[in-house]
Amino acid sequence: MPVVTMTVNGQRVSAEVEGRTLLVQFLREHLRLTGTHVGCDTSQCGCCTVHVNGQGMKSCTLLALACEGATITTIEGLAVDGKLHPMQEAFHEHHGLQCGYCTPGMIMSALDMVRRKGNDLDESTVREQLSGNLCRCTGYHNIVKAIQAGAAAMKRS
Amino acid sequence: MYDFDYHRPTSIEQAAALISSADDVKLLAGGMSLLPSLKMRLARYTALVDLGALKELVGVRREGAEVVIGAMTPHAVVAASAEVHSAIPALAVLAGGIADPLVRNRGTIGGSLAHADPAADYPAGVLGCGATICTNKRRIASDDYFLGMFETALQPGEIITSVRFPVPQKAGYAKLHQQASRFAVVGVFVARTAAGVRVAVTGAAPSVFRLKEAEAALAKKFDASALAGIAVSPDGLNSDIHASAEYRAHCVVVMAKRAVAAAA
Ligand SMILES: Cc1cc2nc3c(=O)[nH]c(=O)nc-3n(C[C@H](O)[C@H](O)[C@H](O)COP(=O)(O)OP(=O)(O)OC[C@H]3O[C@@H](n4cnc5c(N)ncnc54)[C@H](O)[C@@H]3O)c2cc1C
Ligand code: FES
Ligand code: FES
Repeated sequence: MPVVTMTVNGQRVSAEVEGRTLLVQFLREHLRLTGTHVGCDTSQCGCCTVHVNGQGMKSCTLLALACEGATITTIEGLAVDGKLHPMQEAFHEHHGLQCGYCTPGMIMSALDMVRRKGNDLDESTVREQLSGNLCRCTGYHNIVKAIQAGAAAMKRS
Repeated sequence: MYDFDYHRPTSIEQAAALISSADDVKLLAGGMSLLPSLKMRLARYTALVDLGALKELVGVRREGAEVVIGAMTPHAVVAASAEVHSAIPALAVLAGGIADPLVRNRGTIGGSLAHADPAADYPAGVLGCGATICTNKRRIASDDYFLGMFETALQPGEIITSVRFPVPQKAGYAKLHQQASRFAVVGVFVARTAAGVRVAVTGAAPSVFRLKEAEAALAKKFDASALAGIAVSPDGLNSDIHASAEYRAHCVVVMAKRAVAAAA
């Protein structure tokens, strides 16, 4: 079987995978990083969002082998020394979740949004830019508030 | 998904050799259309040839009166490109309205054009601008490229390398998007060029097509009011859970008017 090597949350990892192994399977099943979720497995819901070389992507629709040499960040890679990332903190503070299933993807997608749109996000921008992430519980209201607050907090921190 | 061998060539020549090595080998770009179809087992290949390492296929540049976009350029890069914004702002609008931000970070113009989904956005921009599709073998005019539903003039083993867009005087794009996927229920790209006006419609029919009546009307007067008398027949248009053929026929004219009004 072919071997893939990538850097995940700062650690260099190598493993044998099949051609068809998806990045999300590699993360969850080989590395046991189960914070990245699979909601739909059809590229719709964004639960599986991770950063590949700094950009938000749906890891259920990416081959592990296509990430050879890439730098991957998952939800597990955000907190530093046990201190939550300001965006995680904002989801906590603003209760931007109910069951929590969509949350890792929401947060990774929110950070991609900040990368593209900056820290000063108005409500309609957040709603529009969140079109790749679905939540079955919250009605989005607190997610939008959390992202606005998290983006602003990132500027201060 | 059935298993397959995975290749990651480092030159176009290598990619071309690999893709021609057997019948059931397929190119992989962003994978946003191919991987979902493999997951559903709608298709099966013995090997995929990933173009992901070919950095020379990524990027946007201005060459004289043309904007040249590499085949592996993601939608997000086109949407954010300063070159595209200044030369063909409607194309930036089009690319920025494809799918969602995460799909736009990964999906490519080459993949979209090779796939030729009847509801895809790029075909309207390419046919509307009268762009040229460049492959590792030849150059194909957009008027000769789109042959039908998921059907193009590409031959087996042919690799799109770039797309050349002649810069129009003015262009606009308007789409009625399907709420869940953002694919076009109807999308219309309008361009006024030195050679005349071009109007390309996606989403409405099995393949992107030019609306000649609208082109003639806009050639006389490039204004939404010039389309007042245009009626599109629903015959041959798509009818599905998203919209009936009659509704699509109506929306073609509405979107054409909006595209002209938005043209810049
Ligand atoms: C949730 C979702 C929503 C979407 N919404 C939209 C939308 O609103 N509008 C829209 O237009 N599209 C939409 N798409 C499709 C998306 O734009 C895809 O990125 C695009 O259609 C395919 O590009 P890709 O790079 O992912 O190609 P892939 O999936 O990798 O490949 C697609 C096909 O093209 C072939 N191919 C790829 N590159 C080349 C090349 N250089 N030369 C020759 N053949 C090649 C492959 O062999 C394959 O057959 C959506 C996709 C998803 C998952
Ligand atoms: S699990 Fe990847 S988009 Fe839903
Ligand atoms: S909190 Fe349950 S799916 Fe979003």
